[in-house]
Amino acid sequence: MRITDDSPPIVSALDRPNSYIGRSVPRPNLARLTQGRAQFVSDLTLPRMAHVAFVRSPHAHARIVAIATAAAAKAPGVVAVVTGAKLAKVITPWVGVLTHLKGIKSAPQYAIAIERACWQGEAVCAVVARSRAEAEDACELVEVSYEALPAVADPETALESGTPVIHPELGDNLTFERVHVGGDPDKGFRDADAVIETTFHFGRHTGVTNEPRAILADWNEGEGRLTVYQGTQAPHMMQNLFAKHLALEEHQVRVLTKDVGGSFGIKVHTYADEMATVALSKLLKRPIKFVADRIESFVTDIHARDHRVKAKIGVKNDGTITAWEIDDLTGIGPYSVYPRTSGIEANQIVNLTGGPYTCPNYRARARVVFQNKNVMCQYRAVGHPIATAVTEGLVELAAAKIGMDPLEMRRRNLIPDDAYPSSGPSGIKFEALSHHESLAHLDAMMDYAGLRAEQKRLRAQGIYRGIGFASFIEVTNPSAAFYGIGGAKISAQDGVTMRLDAQGALICHTGVTEQGQGAEAVIAQVAASSFGVPIERVRVITGDTDSTPYGGGTWASRAAGIGGEAAWQAGKALRANVLACAASILQAKPEHLDIRDGAVVDRDGGNERLPLHELARIAYFRPDTLPPGFQAELVATRHYVPRAWPFAFTNGVQASYVEVDRDSGFVKLLRHWCVEDCGTVINPQLVDEQIRGGVVQGIGAALFEHCIYDARGQLLNGNMADYLVPMAAEMPDIEVGHVVTPTADSELGAKGAGEAGTAGAPGAVMNAINDALRPLGAKPLTAMPFTPGRILQALGRISESTPT
Amino acid sequence: MKPAPFAYAKARSVAAAIELLASNDARLLAGGQSLIATLNMRLSQPALLVDINGIAGLDRIALTNAHIEIGTLVRYAQAERSPEIARAAPLIALALPHIGHTAIRNRGTLGGSLAFADPAAELPACMIALGAEIEIVGPQGQRAVKADEFFKDLFETALTARDVLTAIRVPVASGATRVGFAEFARRHGDYAMVGLAACAQADGTRLNDLRLAYFGVGATPVRARKAEAALAEGDVEAGVSALAGDLDPPDDVQASGAVKTHLAGVLLRRVARQLGRAAS
Ligand SMILES: Cc1cc2nc3c(=O)[nH]c(=O)nc-3n(C[C@H](O)[C@H](O)[C@H](O)COP(=O)(O)OP(=O)(O)OC[C@H]3O[C@@H](n4cnc5c(N)ncnc54)[C@H](O)[C@@H]3O)c2cc1C
Repeated sequence: MRITDDSPPIVSALDRPNSYIGRSVPRPNLARLTQGRAQFVSDLTLPRMAHVAFVRSPHAHARIVAIATAAAAKAPGVVAVVTGAKLAKVITPWVGVLTHLKGIKSAPQYAIAIERACWQGEAVCAVVARSRAEAEDACELVEVSYEALPAVADPETALESGTPVIHPELGDNLTFERVHVGGDPDKGFRDADAVIETTFHFGRHTGVTNEPRAILADWNEGEGRLTVYQGTQAPHMMQNLFAKHLALEEHQVRVLTKDVGGSFGIKVHTYADEMATVALSKLLKRPIKFVADRIESFVTDIHARDHRVKAKIGVKNDGTITAWEIDDLTGIGPYSVYPRTSGIEANQIVNLTGGPYTCPNYRARARVVFQNKNVMCQYRAVGHPIATAVTEGLVELAAAKIGMDPLEMRRRNLIPDDAYPSSGPSGIKFEALSHHESLAHLDAMMDYAGLRAEQKRLRAQGIYRGIGFASFIEVTNPSAAFYGIGGAKISAQDGVTMRLDAQGALICHTGVTEQGQGAEAVIAQVAASSFGVPIERVRVITGDTDSTPYGGGTWASRAAGIGGEAAWQAGKALRANVLACAASILQAKPEHLDIRDGAVVDRDGGNERLPLHELARIAYFRPDTLPPGFQAELVATRHYVPRAWPFAFTNGVQASYVEVDRDSGFVKLLRHWCVEDCGTVINPQLVDEQIRGGVVQGIGAALFEHCIYDARGQLLNGNMADYLVPMAAEMPDIEVGHVVTPTADSELGAKGAGEAGTAGAPGAVMNAINDALRPLGAKPLTAMPFTPGRILQALGRISESTPT
Repeated sequence: MKPAPFAYAKARSVAAAIELLASNDARLLAGGQSLIATLNMRLSQPALLVDINGIAGLDRIALTNAHIEIGTLVRYAQAERSPEIARAAPLIALALPHIGHTAIRNRGTLGGSLAFADPAAELPACMIALGAEIEIVGPQGQRAVKADEFFKDLFETALTARDVLTAIRVPVASGATRVGFAEFARRHGDYAMVGLAACAQADGTRLNDLRLAYFGVGATPVRARKAEAALAEGDVEAGVSALAGDLDPPDDVQASGAVKTHLAGVLLRRVARQLGRAAS
């Protein structure tokens, strides 16, 4: 993979002496991770710890008639065999709804199923033993009698009257519906010279983390305290939920999250088996550990993206887009996932479709239905890849229809860079975006004209290459508008506490968490820059609800933008405190002093006056020498939450260059480009890694990843051989470029960057494939993943009726 | 994903291994690249694993005038580096890079691949294309089975539960030998969706003893005999058409039978070129 350095210039307002902002500082956790000294929950052991394994339903939908546990209870090493009914005595069920998603409904979900199993893989009994192996041995001895019930598999028929209702008390299988009309779509379609209509399908897939979900719960009866080591993205959210459902107060619960082997949104939800593990610890009064294995991961880690979108665009011959319309349908499994709900992805699709463009005429409907498959919920770039692929697919189909270059088509319709503040067709608000500058940057970076010439030349030789684009927007830095206003106890604000230690180093506690993406590095860079010490003198502490400030954690690309700003403000506050102390020692005025490179210096001239270790020595050990009445305060805490805008939208554009083998239907990814604007770039290398990793996951959706279910709700490919994660050998070089439009909501100006790659890549790849096949008269491909079979069908090489 | 409990024994000779196999529900352990996964997924639960990795001499590659003999424990990686295999069995050399990834090729054995007999594996098809012989030692002594008769059904071979596969014997390639190999896999290192191993003896413009062995299209590798006849005559397109009669691949999660049959034709054109036959 070629790495192109396209780092933006350092932003001047942040350019304090020795600033680390805008520099590719190596992550401070690199050595720990590469030397195998990271602290993953999977590796932890505690005295008296036992392991839990779960008996899981082989049926998509079945009544649990009886569970015979006697044989398992007698098996070697077994501590306890616990059914759902028994566990329900220590943990209450939950319902995944939010009040701001009007009308959303779901049924109570239990930590272990009691009466019915509602998807293949749902836990129906727990076996706790000395080792995981013994627990698995005993699981084979648990005899469950099931009465199979008809399974609801296909979302298309989930709402029909003949289809069984999964939760009869809810009345129907509709979880959530949203309808939106903006502008005048009817007039828009009337004004169009051409209307293009098609249906997009997005394959159900999942986020495959290196380290599976892992949790170790330790209820200490003597202390009245629950300590949970968990690989999660949101320790404080989990603290709240454990307390709530185990009838504890939050101060009785400590959640510890050190290193997490990848999350991608998978680890920000409540999982029944994890709740069961915590409840088992309370019940059995000893540490209980659960680490999902791969087979369990595929049937229990949330899935995402199973959407069918009927879509329509109106366009004039001059390229003006006149109207949009979408009808989205998605099946989310038998329960709306707690506490973020499974309505958010569909809601985002309604919010984001058409988002980069000026055309306001928009009609949208989204329906979310229950079905008997594994649950779906928020995975990296929630809704974005779908909204982007639908929008950008429509734009390129329209461009082809009227014979306009796809970049020209975008230039005529993207919101102008000087038109902000502005809003999208759904009413979402944009502070400042840079679609046109990004497009121009991409055009130059990829040598678009040169590529088109190459494409033409090769076509003459029977080689079919395609170029596809996707302009996109990304929701980052969410305010309380995302979850808080809907009643979920998920913090939108985050804090950093900074302390000068007794040797003048900086100890930084932050509410955001590290899951491999480099949050520790970003917080350290900002802290060092803001306060004024070398980065080596900053220690960042994350993931401990006992000691870190209350915060949301890491999701929705919020760690750098929100956690980073809190660190920036805390650094300034602590600097002021330290300078007050220095001023009293030096008998100077604080405003004449500064902190640079670990020492108090004269603001003008930079002469060193007092090293920080000396200041700390005096403040901590010889406070008697300070002027009477002066108290040094060498700790400062600051919090931050975006207030001016509900979200800090970012934007960008991607391009994909592919070659399609028309004999085999195989797609070769040649190159990929992404220009994105995340505002202030704190660490270019980390941003680029986020973009590249995100693009790879987006490519996974476009070409490879698919949870394939049969009509009875059975997952057919739940293993690493049959579920195809994108791998390095198939990936193209991914070049990343930047445009910088800082948000004015924070001093740092950083927006998020974690999901941009995933948001745009599937649409870009889809458009590139269709561009390649257009001269062959192929039917446009709109069903992901684009397998060789589907491409051969589009080419007419195999008949359309045969399965692919 | 923990295996059910099992006992473990390390055999120091083929005879000892056979003795251990006779005693109870035992399974041989070679490279472990297939066996350990099936144990972890509890797809099989043998009472005893008999480790043959310590048996001296089973990892030899020996070349005579007529044959190259490859010991069962020869690892893929070792075979990839072997000049003898490159020269005397170039079809195997062509196929090896398609098997799994480096880590798997470092451990996986050629004999293990044949004994396991995955229908989408590369080497079983190569053995059929090459007309190889499989050496087996059992309680009754030694025997050799032709590759054509070795692969019986899905994961079923001529090996009984008491047998040890000891070596593979492949005829040495001559100047007239032509080989071809191609496969379609979604990702590098995956088992093939469909693949083709081919071998023939060139005689002027004729291809004698042409063998086309497809994999990933049925329970075992499949000889495409009608296509062989057409291609031997030099008619590539007739060969492609004949595949409809030769192959009847079942649908799987990666591709439908129809897609596989189509791809088999694409492979035939590619392999025909490698054999010196231009597609019309
Ligand atoms: C990720 C991954 C990808 C893979 N991709 C491919 C691929 O693309 N193509 C491919 O062909 N394979 C692939 N494999 C499988 C690999 O090639 C295995 O190594 C091979 O199938 C078995 O060889 P082994 O030596 O590991 O045998 P083991 O796993 O040790 O044994 C397999 C079976 O053969 C039996 N056995 C082994 N040796 C003997 C013997 N001498 N006599 C009798 N029985 C014996 C064992 O008892 C067992 O039942 C892949 C494996 C993995 C993990």
